[in-house]
Amino acid sequence: MIGIIDYGLGNLASVRNAFEHLGHEARLCAAPGEAVLCDRLVLPGVGSFHAGMLALEERGWAEALPDLVAENRPLLGICLGMQLLFDTGEENGPSRGLGLIPGTVVRLAPSEPHKVPHVGWNALPQMRRHPLLDGIRRHVDFYFVHSYHCIPASQDDVIAFCDFGGPFVAAAARDNIAGMQFHPEKSQPSGMRILENFVAWNGRC
Amino acid sequence: MLKKRVIPVLLLRDGRMVKGVEFKNYRDTGNPRTAVRIYSAQDADELVFLDIQATLESRSALVEIVREASTECFMPLAAGGGIRTIEDVRQLLSAGADKVVVTTAAVTTPRLVTEIAEKYGAQCVVAGIDFRASAEGAKVWIRCGTEPTELDPVAHAKRLVALGAGELFLNAIHRDGRMQGYELEMATRVASSVSVPVIVSGGAGHFMHLAELLRDTPASAAACASLFHFGDNNPIRARSFLRNLGIPMRVLK
Repeated sequence: MIGIIDYGLGNLASVRNAFEHLGHEARLCAAPGEAVLCDRLVLPGVGSFHAGMLALEERGWAEALPDLVAENRPLLGICLGMQLLFDTGEENGPSRGLGLIPGTVVRLAPSEPHKVPHVGWNALPQMRRHPLLDGIRRHVDFYFVHSYHCIPASQDDVIAFCDFGGPFVAAAARDNIAGMQFHPEKSQPSGMRILENFVAWNGRC
Repeated sequence: MLKKRVIPVLLLRDGRMVKGVEFKNYRDTGNPRTAVRIYSAQDADELVFLDIQATLESRSALVEIVREASTECFMPLAAGGGIRTIEDVRQLLSAGADKVVVTTAAVTTPRLVTEIAEKYGAQCVVAGIDFRASAEGAKVWIRCGTEPTELDPVAHAKRLVALGAGELFLNAIHRDGRMQGYELEMATRVASSVSVPVIVSGGAGHFMHLAELLRDTPASAAACASLFHFGDNNPIRARSFLRNLGIPMRVLK
């Protein structure tokens, strides 16, 4: 069973619909107690880092997530959900994140004439071998929509870069915790492949 | 490299799909549910649903169509038409929309743009600008092209971005449904004066019109309705036509 962390933000139905379309059972978890029953978790989300973190704290997720992932339970953060995995964010003032992957989240500052937010379809021209990216080719596009990006403290945690007026980290993974800056649930066949990879993932790199 | 987008627009009235000319003389173009399935099979880059009626009944039909689309269509969905309050926004987002299009309210209650951006993020607010050319220069119109304002489209665009809009949807009323090509000059002026992506709508009649917009102006996306409704054109053919001209388009596999 896939647990989708419901902290009151974002288009959670899309993530659940995508898993169900692929034939996998997924449930929205409104409280950490419900997530214990799930063998893998997804942290979706849109909105600002600060608001996201507040919502995770209010609903007990900030406290519970380190324990939930301690036993190699795979966790996938999507978009804001990826950013929240890191130590700190600067959106709407500096705030602490979940600290599950060391690093920071900063505003995109692409070269001219690129426009922020980065909205639309873009590829992963540089990636390394990782079970989540199995079968994904470098020129295939995914749907991105964001104004901030993650900077992992360790290059070892980067699994894919995207190019948008310079490279930025599009996907990161550390042990059983992974994040995607793009939306696999909105990326049609290529995104569905990543969600399938996640369902099959044993949480090891 | 970020790709240029081609976005089919589904205009809705009381749950049916319609298409007009210059925002008038709408005719029925079918069941939106069928269109959604076809666009999904053709891997459209994104879909925009706009309810032109803005009555309570018509809006609840819009919400239902978005809800159904989100169960079978794994692409970005934008929805709008008659959005007045943050509750209208919440309803569409929880039905499965990724972003909302706010046009009239962006003029009458600009605070709503900021409120949506603060609550759901700037990427969630697509601010619509309907404009019409006239002897005294182009002006912004509201309420589905029935009410003129004194606003200049470029100045209005800048203000909407300052209020928090994450994308703009620029629609030339006088080009709508004419299939004679986009208003390229205004597309260039607006897209080069704001920092956010601009989706341009109104006028596409064949693929060369998409090429003119996406190659010769800084617009990020071309929206079209008539082009796909009337004739045997579709997003797959549009993408390969544009790619052959050297315009960066999405690769699916």
